[in-house]
Parts: sequence; structure tokens; C-alpha cells
Amino acid sequence: MITWPNFLSQLFNGLASGALLALISSGLTIIYGTLGVLNLAHGAMFMLGGYAGWLAFQATGSYVIAVLAGALFLVAVGALIELVVIRRFYDRPPEDQILVTFGLAIVLVEIVRLGFGSLTKTVPPPSWAAGVTRMGFMIYPTYRIAVLAIAAVALGLLYIVLYRTRLGMIVRAGIDDSGMVGMLGINVHRVFMLVFGIGAMAAGFAGIVNAPVVSLTPDIGESILVQTFVVVVIGGVGSFPGAILGGLIAGEILSLTSMVDPAYSQVMLFVVMTLVLLLRPQGLFGLKSRA
Amino acid sequence: MFGNTRAPNRRDMLKTVAALATAAAVPAIGLRTGRAADEPPIGTWPAGSAGDSVFIGITVPRTGTYAAQGEDELKGYTLAVEHLNEGHPLMQAISPHIKKGVLGKTVKFGVADSEAKPNTAVQEQSRFISESKAILLTGSTSSAVAVALNKFAQRQKVLYVTGISGSNDTTGKDCVRYGFRQCFYGQTAAAALAPVLVKTLGKNKKAAYLTPDYTYGHTVQKSMQEYMKADGWTTVTNQVAPLGAPDYSSYLLNISNSGADVLLNINWGHDAVLSTQQAKQFGILAKMQLVIPYQVPFIAKEVGPDVTGGVYAATDFWWTLADKFPVAKMFVETFEKKYGYKPEWGAENAYMSFAMWADAVERAGSFYPPAVIKAFEAGQKLQGMAGEEYMRGADHQMVRPVVIVRGKHKADMKSPDDYWEVVEIVPGEGIMQKPDEFGCKLGPYT
Repeated sequence: MITWPNFLSQLFNGLASGALLALISSGLTIIYGTLGVLNLAHGAMFMLGGYAGWLAFQATGSYVIAVLAGALFLVAVGALIELVVIRRFYDRPPEDQILVTFGLAIVLVEIVRLGFGSLTKTVPPPSWAAGVTRMGFMIYPTYRIAVLAIAAVALGLLYIVLYRTRLGMIVRAGIDDSGMVGMLGINVHRVFMLVFGIGAMAAGFAGIVNAPVVSLTPDIGESILVQTFVVVVIGGVGSFPGAILGGLIAGEILSLTSMVDPAYSQVMLFVVMTLVLLLRPQGLFGLKSRA
Repeated sequence: MFGNTRAPNRRDMLKTVAALATAAAVPAIGLRTGRAADEPPIGTWPAGSAGDSVFIGITVPRTGTYAAQGEDELKGYTLAVEHLNEGHPLMQAISPHIKKGVLGKTVKFGVADSEAKPNTAVQEQSRFISESKAILLTGSTSSAVAVALNKFAQRQKVLYVTGISGSNDTTGKDCVRYGFRQCFYGQTAAAALAPVLVKTLGKNKKAAYLTPDYTYGHTVQKSMQEYMKADGWTTVTNQVAPLGAPDYSSYLLNISNSGADVLLNINWGHDAVLSTQQAKQFGILAKMQLVIPYQVPFIAKEVGPDVTGGVYAATDFWWTLADKFPVAKMFVETFEKKYGYKPEWGAENAYMSFAMWADAVERAGSFYPPAVIKAFEAGQKLQGMAGEEYMRGADHQMVRPVVIVRGKHKADMKSPDDYWEVVEIVPGEGIMQKPDEFGCKLGPYT
């Protein structure tokens, strides 16, 4: 129902969920932009970060350690996957890359299911962010506000790495033209491994940060994956600002359309994606010259 | 073929016609090998029961939103097959007709992951039919799958007993001659639960619904709404979410701003867990009473008794029925011995579905599908886990009691699994709809 209080609540909610989506999508867009690989295992990485963080939380009871564990575990996993699997597929046609990452996703999910079962695992929010906040007329879970803040900080850090460090410069150059980067004498292999690791870390970090919100089952990566791809299409492949804007747009679309007809909010997301593909196929921030 | 167009030659045409006619006549001429019923082959009969074992095709979700409930269901099936093959007294207590094996044959089965998707389930069952000559199909946790398998079974002329299926349509407008359902569903849940809700929560309440967007969600929501209307309950909002939604925040905000007194969460499986947890995070459960019209196995364990305490739900079975019903007691004991935890209603429904099938086959004296169907339709009384039950021939729905439970608060739990208290057992007859009320038209026998 469309009322002023509800509209404002949904607007804010879209911002919060959009920020998280932006974080996950930035990981995907960096990987896709730099390596040219469609990482269909991105959703599984989101899920893995959640479980790694859960394990850490069970062991230590500390939210901070859980988040760090989730992020760092995924850097390692991402780097390992790149080294062992993805590296052999750079010269293969995109269909092969899609198949191998898709297969990887299934393997990861089922390993987790084997080890942890299908029942939900919960990670409670940290005590400083538990409960609800009254924002005027609106009651909102405090932790979601925290997630918005955390996602914003994480995106900020990622921005600094990408735009203010040498590594970031190499990564952005790699997005533009990885062949040239190689010819400049930079160890592209190591860069690629690191990029995959960073991209995976973004997903894993988002996974554990989001765990108190959505709870963990082996399958949570699936729908996130679809939404992430939509965001990358809308924002433009390989574009970090595109991922942020795309994420926020997607978050708002899902929230605001649910006010009108909840069953169609997912549909609207795809409608917008289709419009973008028709009117501006390279996405909002995508580069026309993307090979 | 290239070049000159040959006009149809009279000899060729006669040859073709003769060939076609023979091909068409073969089924009629062919396999009358003097079997007991002396009927033409149908579906996987008699091929599927010609040897000393028969095969059942099981499709349950082992991945996805309903994975946990699918595994529980599968355990019920597995235990039932074990008991059938060894002639376990529990099966005999349900029906004295059941002996060792089914008509002396060993029961084998195969399992496939349906992912709660109709296409996947149909594909997998197709394989079971063509590769293993399955004579019985089963499994569903999503009513969408149950409906799809209903239609599939009718086309293939192979019997199908549903797994978990809560939609009215399964034995309503999508009913089939070859499909049968044991468990409770939207109509019976609503009819049994509504009076309890009115008694405990009062009249003229404002209700908000969280509904999964498919046949089960819609029909259960409609049934609940219908039954509560008479006592002045109004629906202030019906938030319809897709199956497997990762985040319910937008729907919950709408509900939070709706001014409702009661939240009826029809979501199931992991969706139920997630939406309930998020409802708590949004402070909704502090200002609205939660009701779970169609109980979800494991939900109390997953969201915790501080959320499910005081919550009313309708279900097929809860393990404390063992105190009142010997059949339930035997079931809980044997299940717990094998699997190390107390069975939920998915497992109970699976077990009873196989028991009812074995009973029908034994009474029919053959695996010939129309004979088994007729045996089902005779409405033989079975000893169920909450009392007697029998199949209604007009729509192939088991007439059985619905159990109303209320969640226990942590302080009242006497053991780690003591999540729910049985408050009422509502007999089946009074809560069923009229057989043709939902548009059920059973198809042909052959």
C-alpha cells in the first residue's frame, strides 16, 4: 500500500539492501572486467563467507573475528580457485568458462551441505547493533543500518584500493586492456590471482556481514547470484561506480515496487535490466569500447 | 527422391497401410499372456511387477528452500520401505492387510533431487519409469511439484502418492484418477485452525498475510481468509513473495505499516525460517501475534522457542501424539532409533503414504493400476498416527484428523525436542470441503 510513511521506509530499506548488493556486485564486476570471466560461483562465495564466519563465531563468539575470518577465507579460496581452475580457462570460449564456474558453484554448495546439512544456521548480530531503532515513524532493525554503514565503508576501502594504489591502477588498466598490461612487464598472472581473490573477498565479506540478516543455508547464494548479474548489467561491466549505482538502483526497485505489488518486484528488476540492455547495452557506466 | 517426383504408387501405399495397421493392432494382439487380470498392459504394468521386486521413484528436494524438509520426508520413505520389506508390526498395526513385502515382492526405490521444481521432478520420474519401470511415483514438498506429478502420473498411467502438498488444488481442480494425497491441506488446516484462533485471539481482528507466490500459498491464504471472515477478521494486506526470496524486508515493512493485529505466515521451509526471523528483527512479532497455518518441520528448532512460543499452527503430526496413539508411539520409537531424532510431520506423511499404498495393493491382490485405484477408493479405514483415516473416493483425499499445536515457551519445554503442545485433534469429516467444491474431476481409469 502506498502511504507516505511506507514510502519513506521502503526508500531507506532499498538503500540498505542496495548497498549490500553493490558490495557483492563490485566483486563480480571487477572479476568480469579484469579477467573477462563470468564467475557463476560468485553466489557460492557469498555463501562460503557466511559459513566461514559462522564457524569463526562458534569458536570465538566475536562478530569482528567472524567478519575477518569470512573475508580472509574467501581471499584464500578465491586465489586458490584462480590458480587451479580459472587460469586454465582464459583462452577458452566463454561457454567453457561459464560451465566451469557453474560447476564450481555446485561443488562448493554441496560440500557445504555435506558438512553442515540443510538446516539454517544463524549468526546473531553483535550486541552493539542488536534490536530496533526508532527513526521517526519507522521501526527499523538496527543491524541493517549497521550493514549500510559497513557496506559503505567497505566500498570506500575498495575505492581507495582501486583508485589510489598502484595495484588498483594495474587492475583498472587490466580491465581496459590486459594484453597491454602484460606487455608492460607486469606479472599479470599474479595480478589476476589477486583480483579474483579481492572479488571473492567482497562476496565473502558481504556473506558474513549479511548473515545476521538472512541466516545461512547452502542455497543462499543462488538468488543473490542472479541479482548480482542484473546489477552488473545495469551498472556496466567492469565499472566500480556502475556496480554501486546499479546496486542502489536494484535495491530501490525491489523495495519500492513491493509497495505496489509485492509479487512483481522481482519482475520489475528484470524489466529495468531489459530496458538498459535495449537502450544502453553497455550499462550506465560501461565503456562502449569494451571488447 | 531428387529430381522426378514420384506419384504415390498403389503398391507402396498398400504396403504402408498394411504396416501401419499391423503396428496399430500389435498392442491388441500382442501381450495377452494369460495374466491374472487378463488386461492389456498399462503404464508400467505388468512389466514393473513381473520380477520379484517392484520399484518406487522418489523425487524430493535435496537442494533449495525445502531441502531440510525434503530430507526428513525421504527418511520417512526409507523407513517405510524397510518396514514393508521385513513385515514390521508397525505396518501391520496401520493395516492388517500388509504383510512381508508387497504381494510378496521386495520394494526397491530410487531417489532424485527435484529441487522443488516441477520440470525437474517430472524429468526424474520419467527416468524412473523408463529405466526402472517404477510402479509407484512419490515425493513432493512443493505443491507445484505435486500438481505436475499428478498430471504426469495420469498421462503415464502410473500411480502417484503425493509427499507434502498443502495446496487445495492437488485434490481439487488438479486432481487425477492416478494421484492420492494423505496429508492435510489448506482447506482442512483453515477449517480446523480458525475456530481455535477465534477462541484464543478474539473476533474482528486485522490480519496480515505473508504468502509464497504459488498454488500452495494462494490456496491456503484464500482458505484461511474465508474461514476467518465469518468472525469479522479482515485482511489488511497480503504480501506475496517469490519462493526462495533472500530478503523479506520490503514485504515486512509493508506489514509493519499495515496496522495488523495478527501475522499469518504461510511461507514454508527455509522461507518460513527467514521471514519469521526477519519479522522478529523488524519488531513485528512484538506487536503482532504470529500464526503458522501450515506447520513447517524444524521451524521451532531453527527460529527458536522464544519466537514459536505461543504460536498456533495446524499440522499432520507431532511426536507427542505417541502418548495417545500406539501407532504414533511405534513410529516415533522406530524412527528415533534409526535416525537419532524425533520425526516431523513430513516423515510421518511419507510413511503413511507408503502404508496406504501397500494396503491398497494387498486388497486389490494385484499391481494392476485400475485395481489398486479401486481398492483405494473403497475407503478402507487405516489406523493413522492421530486416529483413524480413510481415503475419500470422490477426490482421492485422505479423510484424516488435523492436529492443532501451540508452541511452547522455553521455560515449559521438558526435553530438547519439546517444541509444540498438542491442543486439539480435529476430526477429518467435519473440516473437508464437499468433493466437487474445488472443481475436482477425476480422469479415466485407463
